[in-house]
Amino acid sequence: MKNKEILLGPLSKNNPVIVQVLGICSALAVTSKLEPSIVMAISVIAVVALANVVISLLRNTIPNSIRIIVQLVVVAALVIIVDQVLKAFAYDVSKQLSVFVGLIITNCIVMGRLEAFALSHGPWESFLDGVGNGLGYGLILVIVGFFRELLGSGTLLGFQVIPQAFYELGYMNNGLMILPPMALIVVACIIWVHRSYNKDLQEK
Amino acid sequence: MKALRKFLDKIKPNFEPGGKFAPLQSVFEGFESFLFVPATTSKSGVHIHDKIDSKRTMTVVIIALLPALLFGMYNVGYQHYLAIGELAATSFWMVFLYGFLAVLPKIVVAYVVGLGIEFIAAQLRHHEIQEGFLVSGMLIPMIVPIDTPLWMIAVATAFAVIFAKEVFGGTGMNIFNVALVTRAFLFFAYPSKMSGDNVFVRTGDTFGIGGGTVVDSFSGATPLGQVATNVGDTLTLNNVVGQPLTTLDYFIGLIPGSIGETSTLAILIGAVILLLTGIASWRIILSVFAGGLLTAWVCTFVNPEVYAAALLSPIDQVCLGGFAFAAVFMATDPVTAARTKTGKYIYGFLIGAMAIIIRVFNTGYPEGAMLAVLFMNAFAPLIDHYVVEANIKRRLKRAKNA
Repeated sequence: MKNKEILLGPLSKNNPVIVQVLGICSALAVTSKLEPSIVMAISVIAVVALANVVISLLRNTIPNSIRIIVQLVVVAALVIIVDQVLKAFAYDVSKQLSVFVGLIITNCIVMGRLEAFALSHGPWESFLDGVGNGLGYGLILVIVGFFRELLGSGTLLGFQVIPQAFYELGYMNNGLMILPPMALIVVACIIWVHRSYNKDLQEK
Repeated sequence: MKALRKFLDKIKPNFEPGGKFAPLQSVFEGFESFLFVPATTSKSGVHIHDKIDSKRTMTVVIIALLPALLFGMYNVGYQHYLAIGELAATSFWMVFLYGFLAVLPKIVVAYVVGLGIEFIAAQLRHHEIQEGFLVSGMLIPMIVPIDTPLWMIAVATAFAVIFAKEVFGGTGMNIFNVALVTRAFLFFAYPSKMSGDNVFVRTGDTFGIGGGTVVDSFSGATPLGQVATNVGDTLTLNNVVGQPLTTLDYFIGLIPGSIGETSTLAILIGAVILLLTGIASWRIILSVFAGGLLTAWVCTFVNPEVYAAALLSPIDQVCLGGFAFAAVFMATDPVTAARTKTGKYIYGFLIGAMAIIIRVFNTGYPEGAMLAVLFMNAFAPLIDHYVVEANIKRRLKRAKNA
């Protein structure tokens, strides 16, 4: 595989969320607003990319029988660093994200990339793969967060986008958009659109 | 009739493949089979055809809905003129006209949006147009409060038709009742327009008719809304101008509530039509009421200071709110209900029980019928599965013993 494909493949054809359907729980939990979605996306990109590099460097020295434990330790260490950085520099967002930063440890995308890619590839490729998969995940999160905040609160990043005149005409924010079930439906819509453009992904 | 048939036969070639309007074939077919029983016959084997197909079924359900709908229209006007204190001075037809004009736009919006999506879906898939929305489109305006904005009905209908029906494969494939998904969408998306004291009675005018100011003693709370906010261990339910209501009022239905669901009497007339024509399952209707009455009776023993609905008698419980409507028109939906005979009893009983349990114990939701039906929709296949399994087991045992 070429490096370009490693980096860009996960954005569409091999997207971790909408094709592999991994990491759905955090995609539901943190996307009611755009800002936490973006912060979550950046956190996951950082964790996947760095964990991939570290595991890739260690890959020849990890005994096969305890590799999951080693991977968990590496991921957990990185997640704690991310969590502390968020608490230090973006306290409000880190409160909104609450346990979900910590739960990046159990995010299937992270473990999946370590197992499937980093253990068998060099550090640079692993880094690209981590960034690519993180971006693929983040992209979906941001799209979902965008629609949920726009339709659910009428704002984007906290700024009111839907003009006041609309509300005076009787428009109302859709309360269901704020609730987690709607995230599933928005993800489903993205999958719907994505599959209809990529016919080769359609199941028979 | 003959002339109509001739006309249809004359324009038919235009809609066949290669004709001028070939893309609209499914639309044509939809209308043709709405007007005439299709002339197709089975090609192999021996079959007995019943004349009643799903279009006829749907038509009968619409007829059964009419008493509740017409009563609902009258009741909308009745509540309005009661609220502005001009009821005695207004003629019956004026009251009805007010309600008719208030309800009609909702019916139009629900049908235009829902059928529009059905037509488009049928064209995209090269299917015939399926008639399932005929009933859903009538149910939707009947289960919303009168002051629900039309655009909300449009959005919710579109959502329900696409996500509760078309993605599952269209009519007959849906897991959840489409009309109730519409209502659930409205209920969770726009709670301020779907519950509370200000949506169930229209106080403003409709197309310029019936203007006036509400009387001082006005309160738009529905009986169940009053129950939910009741304090203490006594309960008196009042109409919109503060006069006390009796069980007979709940039964006849001149009380505030969603458009078509207030009158248990009109709904029961519909139930009789459905049962006489054999369209609805009496097992489901009976067991919903049984479940509701029994649960309501059990609930009269809980502490009324905490759960005010415990003060309602079982008869009041099934007459108030959307319970009767859900039992007759929602729970009996043949697509989403259980299909085995035993399953129908279980399914219906649990709907009745669940509706009352939500009503009594969750004071945040004054009415639970909608949620109960949707919840049991999800369980209907499971109930059927175990009923069938039990039957297989029983027969295996019998075979072994013989």
